[in-house]
Formats: sequence, structure tokens, C-alpha cells
Amino acid sequence: MTDANHTLDHNQLPDAEALLLVLADKLKPLLKANTALVGIHSGGVWLMQRLLVLLADQIKLHQIEHGTLDVSFYRDDYAQRGLKAENRPSQIAFDVENKHIILIDDVFYTGRTTRAAMNELFDYGRPASITLIALVNRGGRELPIAPQMVAADLSLAASQHLQLTKLADGSLALELTPQHNSARP
Amino acid sequence: MNNPQLDTDGQLRHLLSIEGLPKKILNQILDTAESFVGVAEREVKKVPLLRGKTVCNLFFENSTRTRTTFEIAAKRLSADVISLNVSTSSQSKGETILDTVDNLIAMHADMFVVRHAQSGAAHLIAKHVPPHIHVINAGDGRHSHPTQGLLDVFTIRKYKPELHNLRVAIVGDVLHSRVARSEIHALTTLGVPEVRVIAPKTLLPAQVEKLGVHVYHDMDEGLKDVDVIMMLRLQNERMNGAMLPSSEEYFKTYGLTPERLALAKPDAIVMHPGPMNRGVEIDSTVADGKQSVILPQVTYGIAIRMAVMAILGGGTGAAL
Amino acid sequence: MKIHIKNGQVIDPKNNINDKLDVFIAAGKIVSIGTMPDGFVATKTIDATNLTVCPGLVDLSARLREPGDEYKARLASELQAAVAGGVTSLACPPDTDPVLDEPGLVEMLKHRAKQQGLAHVYPLGAMTRQLKGAALSEMNELHTAGCVGFSQANIAVTDTQVLWRAMEYAATFGFTLFLHAEEPFLAAKGVAHDGEVATRMGLKGIPSAAEALALASILRIAQETGASVHISRLSTAEGVAMVRAAKAQGLKVSCDVSANHLLLTEHDIAYFDANCHLKPPLRTQRDKAELSAGLKDGTIDAICSDHTPVDDDAKLAPFAEAEIGATGLELLLPLTLKWAAQEKVSLPHAIERITKASANILGVAAGDLSPNSNADLCIFDANEYWKVSPKTLKSQGKNSPFTGLELAGKVKFTLVNGQVVYHD
Repeated sequence: MTDANHTLDHNQLPDAEALLLVLADKLKPLLKANTALVGIHSGGVWLMQRLLVLLADQIKLHQIEHGTLDVSFYRDDYAQRGLKAENRPSQIAFDVENKHIILIDDVFYTGRTTRAAMNELFDYGRPASITLIALVNRGGRELPIAPQMVAADLSLAASQHLQLTKLADGSLALELTPQHNSARP
Repeated sequence: MNNPQLDTDGQLRHLLSIEGLPKKILNQILDTAESFVGVAEREVKKVPLLRGKTVCNLFFENSTRTRTTFEIAAKRLSADVISLNVSTSSQSKGETILDTVDNLIAMHADMFVVRHAQSGAAHLIAKHVPPHIHVINAGDGRHSHPTQGLLDVFTIRKYKPELHNLRVAIVGDVLHSRVARSEIHALTTLGVPEVRVIAPKTLLPAQVEKLGVHVYHDMDEGLKDVDVIMMLRLQNERMNGAMLPSSEEYFKTYGLTPERLALAKPDAIVMHPGPMNRGVEIDSTVADGKQSVILPQVTYGIAIRMAVMAILGGGTGAAL
Repeated sequence: MKIHIKNGQVIDPKNNINDKLDVFIAAGKIVSIGTMPDGFVATKTIDATNLTVCPGLVDLSARLREPGDEYKARLASELQAAVAGGVTSLACPPDTDPVLDEPGLVEMLKHRAKQQGLAHVYPLGAMTRQLKGAALSEMNELHTAGCVGFSQANIAVTDTQVLWRAMEYAATFGFTLFLHAEEPFLAAKGVAHDGEVATRMGLKGIPSAAEALALASILRIAQETGASVHISRLSTAEGVAMVRAAKAQGLKVSCDVSANHLLLTEHDIAYFDANCHLKPPLRTQRDKAELSAGLKDGTIDAICSDHTPVDDDAKLAPFAEAEIGATGLELLLPLTLKWAAQEKVSLPHAIERITKASANILGVAAGDLSPNSNADLCIFDANEYWKVSPKTLKSQGKNSPFTGLELAGKVKFTLVNGQVVYHD
């Protein structure tokens, strides 16, 4: 549960690049045959692209495939907010049937994005399993869904909005932005 | 005057015509359609966006193909679909267009796809419906067929992504064509630098150049170095109205033959909104040839229609 | 009844009056303007301070919808609308149902109108039987019954020989023919001006040439036959030029323009506003400018309302299928004032276009405040704004392209035959 009074200061945010290495390490044992990585736009995709490089050898060894998901068409807030102004096509070029899917997201919060991603994946086929990994679990889930693996657990006030950004030099960073009318992932 | 297609936040409320839509909205539709093309290639071709909603195809003018693509599009969004071919039902008993619409709203239709033989019919309905109901124009008289214009531009973008470098020629009965008007507005709004219309004078509307097109009466001249050729269908009525002497003479002067196609750029693409009159406006060899993208147009038509319905059907809270 | 209208700005173009003066009325006639007649004791006084007093308006075309189209409007409602608009005399076209080609029908119409005790009605009889453009109607009989002229309404005569003979026949007896200039084949099924707007909107256009060609025929035949012709509802710049030339040549030609065409263009159709579906169609900015210029220089004689009430449902259809016409009796005055303000035309010149000029065309004794003339007057507040809406319009036809707009010019009193038949 998020402590409404507990606000984090941006100096207290962990370094995303460091967390990425932690995540890569935790991910290694999961990379075996018949596995695929699926990144959720946008942060999850950036992470996946970095992991593909960091874990290139294992990925090549086990012939691990990858894809991306844009969960716009499966979100549960369409009736309130409509579609996003921009969306990118999901790209799952491999067969989902009987695959072990490693679903990659940047910030795990309410669990709704994960629910949408799972619903979308199941429309591609029946996976053998889905493992959700996230860079950060910020606390505050609203559904009985949780990542099996995270690089860091944080506890943020509801008023704070945590997101992963890509800096000009391509490196990743965690940022706090003031909570406005944005959707909660 | 307030554009009836947009709500007070500038978001799409109805799709009535391409004219009057800002470039941003056209691009939003095209980009969303891109995602739906992918959906169509999956095993499960549905997404849950319009689950629980009812889309009503209100066709006062008959058209099996357009109605079918809208039905498929709506079903792929998980909507329930009613199709009303009004020429055979209550309309002929004298019920007015608006009475028909009111009855359907009372039966909980959420979205109307309307085709009518008169220009302005979709606007009339859009003016009349309550705020939560959306109207999509599937063709009104000679005025507009916005989803066709959009799918045509989408198709062009697929094969020729550099829109700002293209020469596009629209050939045929522009005077009577809502497709031509929508295509012209879409192309000019999206920045295609040269749009040509090629037709005899009898088939061109007054002051057509004011729409931003170059006029050609000579097909050979008009096709020189063109990147995209968009053919229009010729209807038999034109011969009866003293606009053309015969379809044979039309084919001779304005038919797209392999020889004429060779005048365009070697990688030019050939398009047609369908249904085709083979041997009248287009030679079979060309229609079935490797430069023809007529069949992909149909596929993209479903994605575009899904995109339009998906954008209209959502809530209007702050954009994400 | 002796009426004293006090302190109003009296504008009587015919007699060159434009001054703050009192008006004295007795026994249904104007007694004098300015000086109180000896021994005059008013039984009714109207305070016209800050108001304008002018002759009751004379409208060259108002459809009353009787006989026949009573679901659209009725004599009572339309004559109420007339006097609410300050119109005390009006001509109605013959396209009623049945057509006004029988003296009995004309007598009946005149009788029923008289019974209302509101505006004077001057019917235009059908030029050809049933308006079919084949056989001549009994113009003399119809004239005796009360027709002040003859017309084909909006229905063209396609047989030029018949048109020629009708004009010859009318010329024989000195009857004026009121004709619309529109070549029927070029205009067939057209619903808007053939130009950029119609092209964008996918509406079938009526080219300006349709008016010019028909006008050329009418003017030439008028020249050959010596007929007196009034061109109803000029709409093109070219048409104005042709009438100017014809008048210069000495032809007996007059013409009018509808108030709608003075203030609106094809662009006002906007998003298919069916209230702008009119005949002739609304044309370009340039046409509108030339029509204005024509009114200013005397080429165009009068402004009319072209009052055409239709029932609400008739306009709730796609543009081309919507019934043609706009309600107008109550808008003639405010639209004329708006035009005058926009074009910097003096009030007397503008008022003359809807009073004396129209009366002269109809050949009726109306449109001025000369001593001993009928006491038909319009008293209005030129500065009072009112909003055009179904609630404010008295006509049964609520169809107006000006709906929702605020217009200046509110009629406060209308007198016919020295009786107050309307007051605000």
C-alpha cells in the first residue's frame, strides 16, 4: 500500500542504468529454449532493446525471439479517455502458442497495463507461461497481478508519477513528474 | 461557423468529409489504421474496443461491398452490427431520414454509418443526433466518401512513403465523384505537391482548379511522370446525359491501357476504388498487373474503417 | 377614426419628405403631413418619438399558400406576418393549387383577403393555363377579377413561340408580365450556383448563363412585341448589365431582387444549410456586389421578400431534396435597412425600393403618403434589434437563413386603411 504521506524526492530515485544491470542478471536464468521477450511500449520496449544487447549471447544461444506490444486496444479506460493520439502497431512476428513469454514493462503500478498486455497476448495464441518483469515496482496495485521479478521496489505517494525516460544520449533514467490527468498504468 | 465534425476540444466527433479536417486528425486516423493492419494478420482478428456498442449501417443507397467492409470493421472491434438497407424498408413507406434515425437511436444504436444518394445527408443526420452518437459518412451523393479518401492515401503511403514528393493523377468522372473529391482533399491536406485531374470537360465540375488540382484533358500529357494513378469508375448514365458518346470512345481517349501506363513512372502504382468496369476505364492487363494495388486497397479499407470507429467510439477525457 | 401620429421621422420618398413631422389621418385616408388640419380632433394618438414613419411596405412577391397548400401556411397567418413586417400591400404569384388561372379563384382569393382586413392582396394571374406554357390564360378576365399582372412563377415556358405570343397578347392590352429568367434545361435539377461552392459540396449547379440566356430571350421578345416586362429575382452580375443596357435602349423593363440575394452568397450554404436552398440560387460575392450597385443606380427598381413559407419537415431533408424558399415578409424591412447600412445608401432611397418603386411596378395606388391617399403606414424603430426565431416569426413558415441572427428594424405599428392592424 502506498503511504499517501510518503513522497519521494527525485534525488532518492535509483539510477535506471544500474537497475537495468540488476534486471539483466535476474533475467539470465529464465532464458532457455522456447522463450520469447515481449516489451510493452514505450518503456518496456526500450528496456528490451537494451536487454537484447546485454544478453546477446544467451539470446542467440537459445534462439530467443522478441516482439513488442502496444496495449492501446486492450486498455480498460477507453470508454473514459478514448485512444491515444499516437499509437504504434504491436509486432509479434513469432508464434505465441506454447511459448514461455517474458513480458517486460518499465514501471509496475496498478497492474492494469499488465492485464491489457495479457489479454492482447492471448489473442495471438496460448502461451505456455508468462513471466512479468519490471524495472521498478512502485507500489499501489489495484488488481491481483504482480511482477515475478523487479530490479527495485519503491513506495510512492499517489500524487507522484514515476516514468522511465530516454535521454538524448540514449541512456535511460527514472523521472518524477507531477501527477496530472494522465492515465495510471 | 463551427466544424460539425469536431467537438469543442478539436477531437473527431463525426467523420463527414475530409474537407475541414486538420492534417493532425488525418494522420491520427492513418497511424491508428497502421495498428489495425497488424491485427488483421493475426489469428484472432478482433480487439475489444467497441464491445457492447451497436454500430448501425444505414444505407439509403445500395452498396454491398462498402457495407460489408464496414460490417467487418465493426465486428473486428467487437461491436454488434445492424445493417439497414433502407430502400427496401420503412423509407419507401414515406418515413423521413430523421425518423428512421430516431427509431434506431431508440433501439440503442451508438454509431451510424450512413450512405445516401444526396449530398449533405450525413451532415443532416449529424446535426440531429444527441452528443454521444457518432456518424460516419459512407458516401453522400457527389460530395464526400471520406473513408475511401483515407484508405486511398493510406495505400499510397504504404508504397510511396514520401508524400511530399509525389505526382498523383486522378482520372475519370470527377464531376459526379465523391471519391475524387475526398481523394483531392486528402492529398492536398497531407502535402502532396501535384495533384492532377484528367477528364473531358463534360466530366469536370465548375472551377475544379480551385480545389488545388491541375487540369488535363489529354490523358497522355496528364500521365507523364506520374507516381500514382487513381482511376474512377464510369457509370452508364453519363452516356444518357449527353456527357459522353460511348464507353468505347471513352476507353479510347481515357482508358488506362499498358501503353498509357508506360508514360507514367516505371514504378507508378495503379489504384481503383472499385467496382471496376474492365475495358471501359481500365484494361484488364493493367488491373491485374504488377503495378496494380487495387486488392491491397480493399484490405486497407477495413483497417481504416476500424481506425475511424475506434477513434470515434472512445471517451473524450484528456488525451493520453 | 381620426389618427394623429406625433413626432415621428416621416420618410415619404415620392413627395421628398424626410423630416420630423406629424401625420393626420381621417376616414382611412391621409389628410395632411406637418400641419394639423382645421378642427382635427384625434380619436387616437400614436407617439412616434424616435420612430420612423413611412408608407406601408409594398412587397412584389409573397406566397400566401392559399388556395391549396394550407399545411404550409394560411391566408390569416401570412397576412398577419405581412402587417407584423410593416407590409400593407403585396402581390402573390399564381403557383397556388389550383393555379390562379380562373377568374373565380382570383375573386375568391381577393374576397378572403379583404375579409382578413389586413394587407391588400394583389394577385398575379397565370400567364398560361395551369402554368403549363402551352395555352394563354384569359388575361382580360383575370385582370377584371383583380390580377395586376401575369406570371409563370418559377415555371419556364419552353416553347419560345408561346412566350412570344403571350408577350404580344399582354402588350395588346398593356398588361405587365412578371417573369423569372432561367433557362429550364440548364437549370434542370440544379440546386446551387454552378461554381466553386457547388463543386466542393457535390451539388448540381445552375450556371449564371442560365439567367443570361433566358434574359436575352425575354428582352429580345419584349423589344419585338413592345411588351412591358418585369424581371423577378435577378441574381447575376451579367443579368444586371443586360437590364441596364435594355433600359438604356428604352425597353419597358423593370426588375427586382430578393432581400436574400442582397445579403447572402453561396458561401452561406456553409454545411448544407437547407434554409439557403433558394431559387434563384445564392450566387457569388461579385454577383451580390453588382446587384447592390444595380439597386443604387436604378437598374434594379425594387427589393422584394420572395416570401415562401414551407413547413418544418420540408427543410429537414438533404439540401437538394429540401423544399425551396425562405420566409420573408417580416424580414423585408430589417434586411433592407441592413443592406442600406452596409452599402451606405440613404434611408429614403432604401425605403423607396420597398414602397413606391414596387407600387409603380404593380400599377397600384400605394407606397406613398400623398394627401388623400390610402392611410397605409409602417411605423418602426430603426434601432431596435430583434432575434429571428420560430418564436418571433408570425408566419407559419419558420424557414429562414437568418434564423438566430439579431436584426435592427422593429415594426411598432402598421396601419391599413387608417386602422391599426398591428402593434408591437
